[in-house]
Amino acid sequence: MIDQIIDIIGVLNIRVAIGLANVLGLITISAMVLTWAERKVAGHMQRRIAAKEVGPFGLIQPVADVIKLLGKEMLTPADVEKPLYYLGPILIFVPVLVSFVVIPFDARLQVMDVNVGILVILAFSSLSVLSILIAGWGSNNKYSLIGSIRSVAQNIAYEIPLLLSLLAVVFMSNSLSMKEIVEAQNDVWYVFKQPIAFLIFFIACVAETNRTPFDLPEGESELVAGYHTEYSGMRFALFFLAEYTSMLIVSAVATTLFLGGYKGPVLPGVVWFLGKTYFLVFLMLWFRWTFPRVRFDQLLNFSWKILMPLSFLNLIATGALLKL
Amino acid sequence: MKLIIDIITGAYSLLAGMWVTIKAFFSPVVTVQYPRKVIDITPRFRGHIKLVSDQEDPSRMKCFVCGSCERACPSNSIKKVEGEKREGEKKKTVTSYILDFTTCSQCGLCVESCPVGAIDFSADYNPVGFRREDFCWDLVREFEKRRAAA
Repeated sequence: MIDQIIDIIGVLNIRVAIGLANVLGLITISAMVLTWAERKVAGHMQRRIAAKEVGPFGLIQPVADVIKLLGKEMLTPADVEKPLYYLGPILIFVPVLVSFVVIPFDARLQVMDVNVGILVILAFSSLSVLSILIAGWGSNNKYSLIGSIRSVAQNIAYEIPLLLSLLAVVFMSNSLSMKEIVEAQNDVWYVFKQPIAFLIFFIACVAETNRTPFDLPEGESELVAGYHTEYSGMRFALFFLAEYTSMLIVSAVATTLFLGGYKGPVLPGVVWFLGKTYFLVFLMLWFRWTFPRVRFDQLLNFSWKILMPLSFLNLIATGALLKL
Repeated sequence: MKLIIDIITGAYSLLAGMWVTIKAFFSPVVTVQYPRKVIDITPRFRGHIKLVSDQEDPSRMKCFVCGSCERACPSNSIKKVEGEKREGEKKKTVTSYILDFTTCSQCGLCVESCPVGAIDFSADYNPVGFRREDFCWDLVREFEKRRAAA
């Protein structure tokens, strides 16, 4: 009976379904942990305690937040473009979900080893720009629109150095599969062979996730909250979830490509992978509470005038060295 | 060349900033969790005024109802300073001393004008109330409450 069912559905589909369910769990829990971590990091960097009332060390605080957001009425402002307005928060969740499918958490802990893994992540993560644009346009609000347009300009500008710095790694490992790239780092992590690429990649990642110091799309002091100004309740929570999860994704990708993924002595691979990933996430939180927001011209100049030529040079040098 | 120098100095400034925040991250917390923990009030804190007890007999107040504080008050916040002469006592004993804290600006003229130092600033920094009348205190009654509490 069970064999028949498995035959009809197919082993691969079952694997993907189970994997996606686990990924959903991971996303939710990590987003909750990250909101807590962000508060704690913010607090201690300003030498105060931060969340502490709900549960020990305020650990239950995210649960209270989720309950509050779930209990809120989902308001739909009168003049929004309804189809787009509803589509925005749903669409922003797709890339977040799909990207985790190809990330290897351990040597055998991966939903699917696609041979174009990097491409899958890049293709789907550029979808989030579309959903931000849709959300901003559909909200029929000037702040949302400005926020989303800034986000699009920024994402286009920073996707190019991101891709170019990734290509250097792909050149060296000769593969687009995430797992093979990790296996290629058996001796030396790529962060030591490609420090400039890593730096460019990480900066571009911070910009892609709209984090400080590149958080112009949601600059509170100028644009209220940017593209999600008009959203409330669970729809807002989806944007929030997507933001924190995309932080986790870019950190996971950076870990996989530059920090040797699950490779590490003694401890199991998952621990190494999550440790490295959360270290990068902490680095992002650290950035947020250290650096002020850049101006828009500085933002674009930095990408087009510095990061892009630099990543190009790096790519050419890598190619030349490999050919020699 | 200028660009390269700019990049290096810029990167150095970013690292310097990150060093500042990470140091703060591992330093002890400086805030006080207010309702549960209260820091000591400095002795020169100017709260509302209070009547001071006599050094020889702490159950009595120093005030002998001369009324100079009432006259000195620029906003007429001190009212009804009244007292009576009791059997066997040399000086008058205060029976009523109304302070309207809503108009008081803690200028301290009453404290300065008192010839015997019978008035002093209290350390009471958080009086609360829902009505204006909640801030009209009879300081004699407050004195007795304080004594009963101590």
